[in-house]
Amino acid sequence: MLEKALKGSPRYWGTLAGLIGLIALGSGFWMYQLTNGLVITGLSRDVSWGFYIAQLTYFVGVAASAVMLVLPYYFHHFKQFSKMIILGEFLAIPAVIMCMLFVVVDLGQPQRMLNIIIHPTPNSILFYDMIVLNVYLLLNIVIGFISLQAFRNKMDPPKWIKPVIYLSVIWAFSIHTVTAFLYAGLPGRHYWLSAIMAARFLSSAFCSGPALLLLLTFLLKALTGFDPGKKAIKGLALIITYAMCINVFFYLLELFTAFYSNMPGHMDPIIYLFSGLHGHNDLVPFMWTATVLGLGSLFFLIPTKFRENPPALIVGLIMLVIATWIDKGMGLIIGGFTPNPFEEVTVYLPTFPELMVSLMVFSIGALVLTVLWKIAVEVRVEVEGCNHSLVPPKAE
Amino acid sequence: MKSSRRQFMKLAAASALGLGAGKLAFMGDAPAFASDIPTAATFEHPLKAKHWGMVIDTTKFTKELVEKCAHACRKQHNVPVIEGKKEVKWFWGGTFEEAFPNQIPEYLSEDVEKREIPLLCNHCESPMCVRVCPTQATFQRADGIVMMDMHRCIGCRYCMAGCPFGARSFNFQNPRPFIKDEDFNPNYPTRTRGVVEKCTFCTELLAEGKMPACVEVSEGALTFGDLGDENSEIRHLLREKFTIRRKPDAGTKPSVYYII
Ligand code: SF4
Ligand code: SF4
Ligand code: SF4
Repeated sequence: MLEKALKGSPRYWGTLAGLIGLIALGSGFWMYQLTNGLVITGLSRDVSWGFYIAQLTYFVGVAASAVMLVLPYYFHHFKQFSKMIILGEFLAIPAVIMCMLFVVVDLGQPQRMLNIIIHPTPNSILFYDMIVLNVYLLLNIVIGFISLQAFRNKMDPPKWIKPVIYLSVIWAFSIHTVTAFLYAGLPGRHYWLSAIMAARFLSSAFCSGPALLLLLTFLLKALTGFDPGKKAIKGLALIITYAMCINVFFYLLELFTAFYSNMPGHMDPIIYLFSGLHGHNDLVPFMWTATVLGLGSLFFLIPTKFRENPPALIVGLIMLVIATWIDKGMGLIIGGFTPNPFEEVTVYLPTFPELMVSLMVFSIGALVLTVLWKIAVEVRVEVEGCNHSLVPPKAE
Repeated sequence: MKSSRRQFMKLAAASALGLGAGKLAFMGDAPAFASDIPTAATFEHPLKAKHWGMVIDTTKFTKELVEKCAHACRKQHNVPVIEGKKEVKWFWGGTFEEAFPNQIPEYLSEDVEKREIPLLCNHCESPMCVRVCPTQATFQRADGIVMMDMHRCIGCRYCMAGCPFGARSFNFQNPRPFIKDEDFNPNYPTRTRGVVEKCTFCTELLAEGKMPACVEVSEGALTFGDLGDENSEIRHLLREKFTIRRKPDAGTKPSVYYII
């Protein structure tokens, strides 16, 4: 099946070449980081995690979100997702790969990375995160390729894949729960020390991941004509809307607890993020952008007539992705480190090299995604025998 | 596990020694340090305890004394001097507000407000840094000391997020150029970039039967001893004076007590 990735239009090859160019550019900066150390980043003694770990957090969510297709399709027999499901699984793969790479570029001693396996430490959440991410990657590779192979051969997928799929559903929840636990169990970090953290992570993952998937699917449709079907888009948009409402609701819960209780430790990070603390207000514009875009996305998503109208839907989705990316990425990480253990504010903003290293990882993700989706589309074209697979799913 | 760790520490001490000697030969000034090189006899009478702890008498501390202790620590452990927010520090001073941010009274006595409070790793009884470390590069010894294996550390900085006291520093860059020549200690290893470090309660000195470097120069303001022995000097002091610990609500049970 992999041979499908080796034949393509100049546009396909051009995309790959472009991405490889970006990877090369970014890896130059990574070399720079490897030779000089993390001194090239904006990180500090007080804000010791930043942009890299923020991306890890966000993309674990994107990876987990494949479950929003898998669960309705396999548990509730929502057949409309039949064409789209492979896209979800194939989006999870690059998302997990990016997560792992963001951990690697964040390490001070990446060459010692295997120490996590050589000295397994069951009391460390990072140890579990490493396990669940790797297994999730494997699950999605197996499920994705086995079902695609079966589809190509016009056969039912082998029986043993069913339990594996069920496992992957539970696993998707587990990867994001474990990632939330990385933060939620630390006594000195008030912004993270919240029982609702895992629930917030899941709700934000289940709106932002499918939103990204849907946006990429629209792009795919524009480029190749691959059409997942109106009902699939409708169904997914509805899931995204509900998840985003829950996500906003959960954040309001945090605000209530912090401000009604009037506990300084709980209020300070939020005050820092939204109005600045001790004269530092570097994140204020970002957080308000996220707030406006987040609420704005609901304006486009909640009314059915907007949600079912692709241009309006796309606007809403873009707003949603940006809002959740700021909130769950930078907002969450920096909010957790600010104020520092001495109740002081140390400002963090990513540096240019840091962003370029991230660009390398993003481009690797995009490259893997392009190749995988190419395979998925080509297999469809082959089976359905028509160019560009314009046929909607049978159920419609 | 624990005992193999102890063996490791011995080995590490021995290899540090080798390193020191190597450096001396290379620099061609071996005689200057030769007498400092430890031999097996040096480790014959180590200081031992059930649980090491420290009492800090803040009433005796001035900015100068804090700096004196900090300097002794830097000199003993080759701690680099780096300016700015990427600094590395094992022992330093802060205001009362910084040290005890969750217990500041609205009206603080002037004397305390001006006081320089020494800060260092608390060698917590339930250390969060140990709990989160994915490689056991940070580990707790049987005598309570929270120790680092800088050769195992992968630099993930999870321990820095976990420590509620800001006691840990990361080597964002190669620290060696930032060690002052006159403060270089050939008998203690330097670190590489990309690893985390912090106060070790001077395990290498305890192994030689000596008190921690900061305690030695503290003019009696720092008391170091066995919290597990009720007849120890430190327990006497704790019975006599009212003390507080930093952020007890974080649940890590610090082994460093402050007389205010
Ligand atoms: S003060 Fe911080 S670094 Fe030291 S033992 Fe406690 S948690 Fe660990
Ligand atoms: S930075 Fe080193 S000591 Fe700290 S948690 Fe990671 S591996 Fe452990
Ligand atoms: S006990 Fe030793 S390592 Fe800790 S601050 Fe004092 S001199 Fe430094």
